[in-house]
Amino acid sequence: MTERMRHGASIGQPLTRRDGPAKVTGAARYSADFHPGGMLHAVMAVSAIARGRVTHLDVAAAKAHPGVVDVMSPENAPALAKSPDEKDNPFAFRLDLLQNGNVRYANQPIAVVIAETLEAATEGAALLNPRYEAETPSVELGGETIFTPDSVGAGSPTQEGSGDIEAGFASAGTRMEATYETAAQYHNALEPHTSVAQWDGDRLTLHTPTQALWIAKGRLAGLFGIPQENIHIVSHYLGGGFGSKGFISSPQILGIMAAKLVGRPVKLVTRREQMFGSVGHRAATRQTLKLGAKADGTLTALDHHTLTLTSRHDDFVEACGLIARHLYASEAIATTHAVSRADIGTPIFMRAPGEASGSVAVESALDELALQLDMDPLELRLKNYAEVEPITHRPFSSKALRECYAQGAERFGWSKRPRQPRQMRDENGLRVGWGMGTATYPAGMMQGEARATIRADGTALVETAAQDMGQGAWTVLAQIAADGIGLDGDRVELRIGDSDLPNGGLAGGSTGTATSGSAVHAATQGALAALEDLAVNDRASPLYGAGNAGTVAEGGRLARRDDPTRSESFSDILARAGKDSVEAKGTGAGDPASRKTYAMHAHGAVYAEVKVDPDLGQIRVTRLVGAFAAGRIVNPRLVRSQYYGGMIWGVSLALHEHAVLDTRSGRVMNPNLAEYHVPVNADVPSLEAILVEEHDPHVNPLGIKGVGEIGITGTAGAIANAVWHATGTRVRDFPITLDKLLG
Amino acid sequence: MKNFDYVRAGSVAEAVAAHGAGAAYLASGTNLLDLMKGGITRPERLVDISRVSGLDAVETLPDGAVRIGALVRNATLAHDPAFAKSYPAVAEALLSGASAQLRNAATTAGNVLQRTRCQYFYDTASACNKRDPGAGCEALGGATRTHAVLGWSEHCIATHPSDFCVPLAALDAIVEIEGPAGRRAIPLADFHRLPGDTPERETELAPGELIVAVRLPPDAKKFAAHSRYLKVRERTSYAFALVSAAVGLTLDGDRIGQARIALGSVALKPWRAREAESLLADQVPSPALFAKAADAALAGATPSGDNAAKIELARRIVVRALTLAQAGTPARIPALPASPFAAAPSGARP
Repeated sequence: MTERMRHGASIGQPLTRRDGPAKVTGAARYSADFHPGGMLHAVMAVSAIARGRVTHLDVAAAKAHPGVVDVMSPENAPALAKSPDEKDNPFAFRLDLLQNGNVRYANQPIAVVIAETLEAATEGAALLNPRYEAETPSVELGGETIFTPDSVGAGSPTQEGSGDIEAGFASAGTRMEATYETAAQYHNALEPHTSVAQWDGDRLTLHTPTQALWIAKGRLAGLFGIPQENIHIVSHYLGGGFGSKGFISSPQILGIMAAKLVGRPVKLVTRREQMFGSVGHRAATRQTLKLGAKADGTLTALDHHTLTLTSRHDDFVEACGLIARHLYASEAIATTHAVSRADIGTPIFMRAPGEASGSVAVESALDELALQLDMDPLELRLKNYAEVEPITHRPFSSKALRECYAQGAERFGWSKRPRQPRQMRDENGLRVGWGMGTATYPAGMMQGEARATIRADGTALVETAAQDMGQGAWTVLAQIAADGIGLDGDRVELRIGDSDLPNGGLAGGSTGTATSGSAVHAATQGALAALEDLAVNDRASPLYGAGNAGTVAEGGRLARRDDPTRSESFSDILARAGKDSVEAKGTGAGDPASRKTYAMHAHGAVYAEVKVDPDLGQIRVTRLVGAFAAGRIVNPRLVRSQYYGGMIWGVSLALHEHAVLDTRSGRVMNPNLAEYHVPVNADVPSLEAILVEEHDPHVNPLGIKGVGEIGITGTAGAIANAVWHATGTRVRDFPITLDKLLG
Repeated sequence: MKNFDYVRAGSVAEAVAAHGAGAAYLASGTNLLDLMKGGITRPERLVDISRVSGLDAVETLPDGAVRIGALVRNATLAHDPAFAKSYPAVAEALLSGASAQLRNAATTAGNVLQRTRCQYFYDTASACNKRDPGAGCEALGGATRTHAVLGWSEHCIATHPSDFCVPLAALDAIVEIEGPAGRRAIPLADFHRLPGDTPERETELAPGELIVAVRLPPDAKKFAAHSRYLKVRERTSYAFALVSAAVGLTLDGDRIGQARIALGSVALKPWRAREAESLLADQVPSPALFAKAADAALAGATPSGDNAAKIELARRIVVRALTLAQAGTPARIPALPASPFAAAPSGARP
């Protein structure tokens, strides 16, 4: 496919990853690859019970094991300057840092064993043999009092709607109501949560994977009572995060505390099964969709109610209702949330939080309505195309969803789809089904800063504490910097992943590239302005007096905008001025005025083909075509990779992923990658992502929307709808496992 | 993990001599090392047999039987063209198991001796009679979608997870054993024990005994033209079976001569369905006959929890495997071995 997204010399080019060679040769060092001299190994002991308290740990047995240096428990854990339960902002999630012997969920850390070797620490943890005073846990959805939370997701209103929902249903010729359930999921990044911590007095050096260096630095400064400047976090590479590394977790901080306790560097790596508890998850949901429509498919009422669960000790509420606030036009819309408490680890943001679980319910419900109306599912969606954002009635800053629908449908061959289910078989007798869904995710921005330095040797240095968790920040920020300064990419040095650099915002919420990229762009413009100042005021420069006309930067030279033949190299300008470099800082943040005026979202359409064995119920996705519009595409290769990843997560949500909970003990019974199924290569035969052109003049100066999460939305619903189309069986309990199709 | 002694044996005799209370034989360790890291098994001593010579050959014996050495890798065996031609269901089962990397390492005897995947066995915080005899079975009443539907007891509802063992049971494979008391052989179908009230005793191996080979008898080849292994699992690769079936038929004109059927992941051992086999013998194959055979194979099945669907699924996989076996063994093993998504031979499907 030809790349039609050519924007600049570097932006829009499908460059390979700048960090690729380092990763494939093993030169790239992840957090656990750092081994400061004298380093010890720490292993957590975690709780077997979900509620109660620890009454005894056999510390003596653990300490007696050869190689064990110390055992950290509530008895001797270093005092913290601030309670880990103190919520000084809504995103300071409560932590379990051995502040007492209470147990709030299964797999909660209850002690840390520190030893000369990993093996000794592991055995020491096994020898602790904890005894408990156990209480009966409650872990089921709606198992306890259901209440209305104060807010959902990242501070969104619990309830929001427009119009008269009762009147909407009253005027509807067709109504449907259905309840959908989604399962608890755990992020399971390949790289576990890790700390390699080293104290030097009250100064901390920390190698840890984080999606938000500055937020982590702030939290640690508060907990340990030291200035932020004393904390240096290095996080050059992450082996995935997906939200579970957005905010520094208990295990990561326990590693730092262990290093403080023993006065030596300590490495703590969370074990895979320990990642099912204290590092967050996507909570289970039960969503009720009520739709009312006229005979022509026009929605008159869209009522989306979500019941989910959160931990007993903290508040995070999966915001499934958000999607219905932004996606389809309806005369009346009501979105509400309710929650019940449970003895579980606190749920947290997980790739497309809210939207992922919300989308699968909304897209399934629309398909069920289309069946009742005898309408093509795509036609129903087009009939209710939102020309302005429903509820707020704001115009969209850009919205090429119609083109996404059309290009995806064309590529997939949607027009050949029979309306009725159970109409298609392949040459082996397997049932074939086609389904579709709409994808959407907000184009948010955080605040970030960057510093750009243009150096006398004709190179540039660009620095920001952005994080690359695999999405490609190392590459795309360099592309943005190169175009911003007018240099080839190989003359731009990029530094990210280090908390001593300017705050690069959060690699999360699909805001990373928009935020840190905008900051980088602004910084480069600032540095060029400083360079221009030197030149236009210098009589010896060919640019002297170009102040009014302005200059443009290209190929390491500044040229008069009105006369490109009058130009001078960056090096010459700096040399004559007697300077080694010029530098400037830049900020990336959403413009409040535009964000008030416009609704900003990325959109897409996903088409799925599945095959289902008619007797055995086994399901396989055989084809996925997604068409997405997300503003300016900085690097089509990496963006496609993000869409693929998201779409595979959609397959996972629809068909595979679920934590198997023993409701008696509150324990997750499949806490390993052999039994916690995510799709493997053989489950994803054909993936296609079409990059639909979209120009957005409002979202930010570069016109960038995020692409990290949207791929899940739409996809899971498209697959569920395809399964129905293949079999005639509507499964509303996700994931759709084969036993639900046996009938 | 717990410290242990490590002894490397150069011969079977050395290995047997080095074994003792608290010892475990180590070949590739694809299962044992995981169990040790998880604290599920805590041996005092590992006797490494991976360098014992003479255990890594596939040989045809004078009587036509095939003898597979204990250390023959799963991948080596599956990709041995002569072996796969004679025992296609065994090759298909091997290739449907685990991942390419694991198959390259895992051995014949190790596969036969792999432990159950019961989540309660793996979770050391849960009571398990296998790990701790008399502690109770916490799987009962718990999350039991994948547990046994045949041969289980109130002491244990786990299943044996092997793919490889299912066609071996169907084909009357023999396990050759060497131990302190000398050599002996046990039919594979009798090698694994049902739980009863001693689920901690998983096989007929006496302490210190070592599997040295698995033998397929001369007449096991006669099913080659009509045999299949089929596996239902929750993703297309790298997942244990929910249920599986190995089937072999001989066809005599328009009648079935002999039939062999074994089911996998339904019990704590590969489940040979002898009654179903006799129902099929000397009969004209038909969908009704296959359904009758499947009913017979599952006649004694009862859910051990929330797993009634497995019984129906097992019935259906028996019917499917019989149907495909009747149509004929594919000329080559499909790209998705043992999967219903593999292209079926023509005529095998409606």
